Amino acid sequence: MKTTYREALREALRDALSRDERVFLMGEDVGRYGGCFAVSLGLVEEFGPERVRDAPLSESAFVGAGIGAALGGMRPIVEIMTVNFSLLALDQIVNNAATLQHMSGGQFNVPLVIRMTTGAGRQLAAQHSHSLEGWYAHIPGICVVAPATLEDARGMLWTALCDPDPVLIFEHGSLYNLDGNLADDAGPVDIERAAVRRSGTDLTVVAYGGTLGKALEAAELLAADGIDAEVIDLRTLRPLDTATIVNSAVRTHRAIVVDEGWRSGSLSAEVSARITEEGFYDLDAPVARVCSAEVPMPYARHLEEAALPQVTDIVAGVKQLGA
Amino acid sequence: MTPRRRPATTAPPIPAARAPSANSSGPLASDAVLPVDRDHGLHLLHQLVRIRRFEERCVELYSASKIRGFLHLYIGEEAVAVGVMEALTPDDAVVATYREHGHALARGIESSAVMAEMFGKVEGTSRGRGGSMHLFDRRTRFYGGNAIVGGGLPLAAGLALADLLQHRRQVTTCFFGEGAVAEGEFHETMNLAALWRLPVLFCCENNLYAMGTALERSEAVTDLALRAVGYGMAAWPVDGMDVLAVEDAARRAALEVRAGRGPVFLELRTYRFRAHSMYDPERYRSKDEVAAWRERDPITLLTTRLTGAALLTDDDVAAIERDVTAEVDAAVAAAEAGTLEPVEDLTRFVTSEVRR
Repeated sequence: MKTTYREALREALRDALSRDERVFLMGEDVGRYGGCFAVSLGLVEEFGPERVRDAPLSESAFVGAGIGAALGGMRPIVEIMTVNFSLLALDQIVNNAATLQHMSGGQFNVPLVIRMTTGAGRQLAAQHSHSLEGWYAHIPGICVVAPATLEDARGMLWTALCDPDPVLIFEHGSLYNLDGNLADDAGPVDIERAAVRRSGTDLTVVAYGGTLGKALEAAELLAADGIDAEVIDLRTLRPLDTATIVNSAVRTHRAIVVDEGWRSGSLSAEVSARITEEGFYDLDAPVARVCSAEVPMPYARHLEEAALPQVTDIVAGVKQLGA
Repeated sequence: MTPRRRPATTAPPIPAARAPSANSSGPLASDAVLPVDRDHGLHLLHQLVRIRRFEERCVELYSASKIRGFLHLYIGEEAVAVGVMEALTPDDAVVATYREHGHALARGIESSAVMAEMFGKVEGTSRGRGGSMHLFDRRTRFYGGNAIVGGGLPLAAGLALADLLQHRRQVTTCFFGEGAVAEGEFHETMNLAALWRLPVLFCCENNLYAMGTALERSEAVTDLALRAVGYGMAAWPVDGMDVLAVEDAARRAALEVRAGRGPVFLELRTYRFRAHSMYDPERYRSKDEVAAWRERDPITLLTTRLTGAALLTDDDVAAIERDVTAEVDAAVAAAEAGTLEPVEDLTRFVTSEVRR
């Protein structure tokens, strides 16, 4: 069936709310407004305001309440409008959600799912556009996933809800209108493995979330030049599926990592380090990276475009690798 | 001291008995003589003494390097945890702070498990992964041991939300110090809890100092119950040195909360007799002030009250002391004899071992 990333996310929410009485959605404007990006549109009418619960603007309180409700036997889905806003709840996510299982010696787990928008590309400037998922991927005790396809938008939520520990789902803002075909019986997918989205032999392009589409586009342009790129979608940012990444790089002998986060101290640095640690002697070139310019995201369209990893940057980076 | 039932659509009036007091930072002695029988009086005294002696032993063990890390003692504040716990049922939940040994003991966690935790042993409440500041216990629904000031409040709101959504008549009791009142998480949670009428009993332990910062140096409005009233919940101050007054207030408050009338806030005026932690030279308060508060030692207050009512004899006191000494001795022995988690298990419990 024809659908969009937004509709796939909504169908996943509807499915979860239907399957399990313990599931409820909580966040700013998820109910009457329909979600700030219209993901939850119509759900409050279907499931009622108790289970599609509008929260006051208090990220720390309602994220913490999600943690507490998870401790109390519920399966909350907490929506935070953007990753930039999630910083207001950083204490709850890092000091509580991620630590309670360990700090309690295994007594208390936190089966909580937090969804939030990440990424730039919509001229929303420096307080709505950053890609901070790499920060969260630094934290032991939480799982971090980034659906980049319709299948993952539809399928990751239920698997995340089945996880006994906190899972953060990062939805790239530029993907909500992504459309395509989704199988009628599409359902839960794993949240453990990276996926090879395009097979190739000459080099490995590692991407995730909002950069996957750009990586695939770059691969097509490279194919026209006779370069056969393999494109890997990380899908899960923590824990990283190191085996899939390294196996590909070792086979193609070259790798480039595309990340909308800033280069310094980034997820791309982690991926690069793992390829180097485990595949160094099979590489024909240093691992390359294409990241966002180290600048708070600017508003003006031409500046924002210049700040973000673009298809041409990926192609140029690959050419420099000598593939 | 009666909390008013509030109409559904308007904020509650300030309870008559808790008009803003001129001296909001001093002891709050109550004139009411609350009834108590001998058995219950002995029970309360036993709990107070038990916590006191346990904490005193912790000081010795800290000096002997058996306990390390930060150690925050509850000495002086025992009446708060002891009195409040009397109002709770086994199904209720407790969220406490990093000064929580007293809460853990009063809630019914084995003293040997609390001590073993401070010794860093597997037999500890958190298998030695939490220490003094992070006691947890599933059996008694004790959710920490939270060492970020204010960070426990949202958790409590969520636990209460889970009860509300699952139609359980349970109370989540959240302890926090007056220092938390300056934190954003306090204000966010007050609003959320009142807005959604969550069954939370907020117990603000006002010991007048956030570490070394006096209340009047951190808050423009030092009448903390008044602050809570501003959020639309019933709130009143309580003499936190008088365990009978605390118990009475907590029972009334818990009744309101359990009946589904929304959260209640108690400001429990108390005092920490010892330093903030073991690294505190106490430059911020005078010895006279400490001495004045020690006049209202919760153990002395209850002992005097029970003795005056001919409900307590010297033999009773001696028996309690003997009993408590034996318990603390046994706790220390058990902690000493406990086992250390094998280092190979270092990364256990980062994620759940049962995956579903």
